[in-house]
Amino acid sequence: MANLQPVRTGGGTTGDAERVAGPAPGDAAEDSVLGLERRRRHPRLGRTGELVLLCGPPLALFILFVLVPIGLAAYHSLFNWVGFAPRTFNGLHNYVVAIEDPVFRSSILHNVIIAVLSVAIQLPVSIGLALLLNRNLKGQAAMRLLIFAPYVVSEAISAVLWLLMLQPGGAVDVAMKAVGLGGLVQLWLGNPHIVLYTMFGVITWKYIGFGIILLLAGLQGIPSELTEAARIDGATSAQVTRHITLPLLGPTIRIWIFLSVIGSFQLFDLVWIMTSGGPANASSTMVTYLIHNGFNSYEFGYGSAVAVILFVICFVFALLYQRFALRRDTAGALTAMAG
Amino acid sequence: MRRSIGAVLTCAAVATAVAGCGSSSSNSGSGSSGGSGGKTATLTWWNNATSGGLLNTWNQAVKAFHAAHPGVVIKNVPIQNEELQNTKEPAALQSGQIADIFQQWGGGREASQIDSGELANLTSVTKSWIGELGARVSAWQVNGQQYGVPYDLHVVGFWYRKDLFQKAGITSPPKTLDELEADDSKLKAAGIVPIAVGSKDMWPDAFWYEYFAIRDCPSATIDQAMKSVSLKATCFTTAAQQLRSFIKTNPFEPGFLGIAAQVGAGSSAGMLGNGKAAMELQGDWEPGTVQPLTSDKNIYNQLGWFPFPSISGGAGTPGAVLGGGDGFSCSTKAGPACAEFLQYIDSVPVQKGVAAAAVGLPANPAASSAITTPGLKTAIAYEKATPYLATYFDVALPVNVGTALDSAAADFFAGQGSDASIQQAVASAASK
Repeated sequence: MANLQPVRTGGGTTGDAERVAGPAPGDAAEDSVLGLERRRRHPRLGRTGELVLLCGPPLALFILFVLVPIGLAAYHSLFNWVGFAPRTFNGLHNYVVAIEDPVFRSSILHNVIIAVLSVAIQLPVSIGLALLLNRNLKGQAAMRLLIFAPYVVSEAISAVLWLLMLQPGGAVDVAMKAVGLGGLVQLWLGNPHIVLYTMFGVITWKYIGFGIILLLAGLQGIPSELTEAARIDGATSAQVTRHITLPLLGPTIRIWIFLSVIGSFQLFDLVWIMTSGGPANASSTMVTYLIHNGFNSYEFGYGSAVAVILFVICFVFALLYQRFALRRDTAGALTAMAG
Repeated sequence: MRRSIGAVLTCAAVATAVAGCGSSSSNSGSGSSGGSGGKTATLTWWNNATSGGLLNTWNQAVKAFHAAHPGVVIKNVPIQNEELQNTKEPAALQSGQIADIFQQWGGGREASQIDSGELANLTSVTKSWIGELGARVSAWQVNGQQYGVPYDLHVVGFWYRKDLFQKAGITSPPKTLDELEADDSKLKAAGIVPIAVGSKDMWPDAFWYEYFAIRDCPSATIDQAMKSVSLKATCFTTAAQQLRSFIKTNPFEPGFLGIAAQVGAGSSAGMLGNGKAAMELQGDWEPGTVQPLTSDKNIYNQLGWFPFPSISGGAGTPGAVLGGGDGFSCSTKAGPACAEFLQYIDSVPVQKGVAAAAVGLPANPAASSAITTPGLKTAIAYEKATPYLATYFDVALPVNVGTALDSAAADFFAGQGSDASIQQAVASAASK
């Protein structure tokens, strides 16, 4: 709603309208005057019309494709339903079954592990690489392209590629043996104790480019005057990074963490194609659990309950994060716009 | 046809449906247009033959049927198997948009689907000819009523490479479990992986458990277990114990828990096709699955077939076979032309085309002469002589219970759970 603020305060006053018409060159004065008259005649209607025109379609789509499905999922989650035919109401039974199911609980844990690892490992690596790529290096564009390339490749293709490379005796094993790391070769997708971390490796390969591009954009936004001034004052490179670059990169980092955690909770395609959540549910996530126990089992009521739990987790996280972590950033943005 | 190839492609669609921290299931059934009444009736036909010999057979059948019945146009709509089974059909049945003729796997899935009220009862319209197909049509019956008609049948057994058996000095396929274990040792001694299994897909693990159960439980016990949706008989625990002992002999490929059954050369089927493993317990679709995964032009002749070995002291019906099949159902809106088309699909000329496509055994035994693959000939001879055919448990049971059984079998292969855990998983899914 932030972008509506200036429009609303404008309130259809003459002054505001004049400001709109102000910059018009003399030739167009007549048109502007006509426009003004039109506006004066139906100020409320014009404002309402504008709002309906601009907000109506997205709002309708949002209601139709976001709110209604959420409502339907919440409704269906209260039933025992094979997807067609009569459904039987069973209250919160589906939620109880889901929460009591150790496989579902371990799926949530896997999502949390991926989220924590993302922040703990991907973030520092992304920042490091972004700082590196922000310098004037030879072949900078080519390096940026290479790092960003995995993000552009679709999830399904990435998953199939890695699935093939991670087979026992596959490309990864061969490459490791070739450089003398044969002793570290594992059953990457076949060992229940390893598979989740293998998946994290693939996720990192896939999404780190996105983080880097985001951070690079953030770095571009840091005025060079600040770093120059710091250097003139005798700051070392490390001090500039620590006291100027990183604090000013804060909003970008906070947004990245938000996207990364939500992405971790919704993790599906890579896992589904590479392991289907196995072996023995060792790499299952909330969404693979949902598909397996909802769609594939014709348990649409139960699947909906799982979807609602997933939604609540994401929603609560998003609210808390917006409230406590992003507040400064959004407040700044609003103030800047209103001012 | 039981294929997970291409399942990857459905993922994106499914992901979209559940993404966004919300949930929605969206699917539009292609509209089915009325069957009888008008001058020309168009019947939409959903099936899983997206490529290969079966697609050609179906296209020819559509043309020939139209030539014989000018008033009926069949619109062939092939859809990838898992998408059809797990997404398209449930959504279409839900919204009353199911095609006039659609793929039917029978068993518990068919029983679940009947509750939608969209499936036509075909008992009376197929009565005159369905006897030609033999007793196995009962897998497409619910409460004695025919709601689906098979076009091909499947048996599960061991596919093995003759060259690798020879290399390991095995002269004839094993007949008992002890012989199988002895042959595994011989193969291992020759540096060959004895058996490939695609545990990632779960259902191949279930095949193993089901076969041990079939060898340990009499046919009446199996039938009763499927009917009552309960594996509480003790022979099912015995089966798990024996399977556990067998897994402990390490007969499978390294990392089998993460290996897919049919996708790529590294899958269990690919390993068999490329000589990386000597055996695989799989359905009769195996030659057709293996062939595209290997450059071996002689693969059909290289593969032999033998039934699951007997287990000494096992109370199971001797010679019993695990299997299933594929069929079609008619929607209630389709009218009489649908049943006529199904009759045509099961007629000898079309069935010969099905046999030649090497995706399964023709439902009409009169067409089995068209089978040329040596392993399939052995399989169909055994199938014809069998006193008892058990439908795959995950198909015979209601869908959610079958899925739970497959998952539990996969966990069991990963060394998790007790000997009773598969039975418990079935019980808990049945009570959900």
